[in-house]
Amino acid sequence: METTAIAANTKWWNGGKSPFNVEYGKLMMWYFLMSDAFTFGAFLIAYGTIRFSSASWPDPNEVFRSYPGAGEGAHAPLLFVSIMTFILIVSSVTMVLAVHAGHERDKKSVAKYLVWTIIGGLAFLGCQAWEWTHLHHEGAWWGRNPFINADGTASTTNFTNFFFTITGFHGFHVFSGVLINIIMLIMNLTGVFERKGHYLMIEKAGLYWHFVDLVWVFVFTCFYLL
Amino acid sequence: MENTSTYQATATHDNHGGGTKDIWRTFWILLILTLVELALGYWMIGMSHGWLRLTVKGSIIILMMAKAFYIVAYFMHLGSEIKNLIMTIMVPLCFLLWGIAAFLYDGNAYKRNRLNYDRYKKEASKTKVEQKAGEKVEEKKPGPLEQ
Repeated sequence: METTAIAANTKWWNGGKSPFNVEYGKLMMWYFLMSDAFTFGAFLIAYGTIRFSSASWPDPNEVFRSYPGAGEGAHAPLLFVSIMTFILIVSSVTMVLAVHAGHERDKKSVAKYLVWTIIGGLAFLGCQAWEWTHLHHEGAWWGRNPFINADGTASTTNFTNFFFTITGFHGFHVFSGVLINIIMLIMNLTGVFERKGHYLMIEKAGLYWHFVDLVWVFVFTCFYLL
Repeated sequence: MENTSTYQATATHDNHGGGTKDIWRTFWILLILTLVELALGYWMIGMSHGWLRLTVKGSIIILMMAKAFYIVAYFMHLGSEIKNLIMTIMVPLCFLLWGIAAFLYDGNAYKRNRLNYDRYKKEASKTKVEQKAGEKVEEKKPGPLEQ
């Protein structure tokens, strides 16, 4: 068995060897992320379908126009959400730096960059919590929509239902990502990876974290920009 | 088990093609793409409906796909995996292309049908309302269709 695998080294599909040249856990993480991509894809397609079937739709620049500390009459569309986007991109960079430090088995740098990633994740969650609270004070929630359509006609609750469901589902992913990163940090600090001799776990956590950032690219564009 | 051990033997040697320089380069690309997206978004505020608005929206979607490409290819290192792995992830996702085309087309057709044949919807799409935060407009039940 062992010898045939080595003999067939260059023939990926001859059996006895993974045709993907990645570790089992990483491959399964990719498959999980693919299934998760289908879930988010289905959500966003449903949102698009309903939006296409509506004669008009609330103007995102009117709905998302506030930021923390602003008064009632604030009108700063895209400002707050661009800060959220920036936070998530930066936390993605610190995550990939943690993965990179893992390749070099640099325990200290892994810890440093994981801490920054966790801080970025928490900052994003804080922003989202503020935004949800703000919208809730304005009367928006599942089943309630105080915002009229862009052309001045009466709107339905489709807008708020989709917004809270999809950003909520994404926020839940961010939350689990932060938890996973905290677990990775603890395992790193207690020397689990050092004993194992490799930091492949960080890589898998990193894949998940980047996926969360990837989904935000789509959610951000579909809800705030278009 | 054999698979993991063969992988681990090579794990130390593969940096997935790049040092921190490549990571920062990707970061700057993502940041610039986002800024261009935001600039287009600001430009679109108050723009009237028409081909220009649609072109801007199309450009934003292209930029979005470019960002997705950079995240998946460089941050998630899918670009440096072997082709079989890339294919096994990307080919099934093409199913979503059908989903987007079919469902959005259907949504649009449903809108046209409703605005043509549902008198209540047609009227509602032309009636302006004044609505403040916290107030709820009474939903009227659609009446029977008149021929």
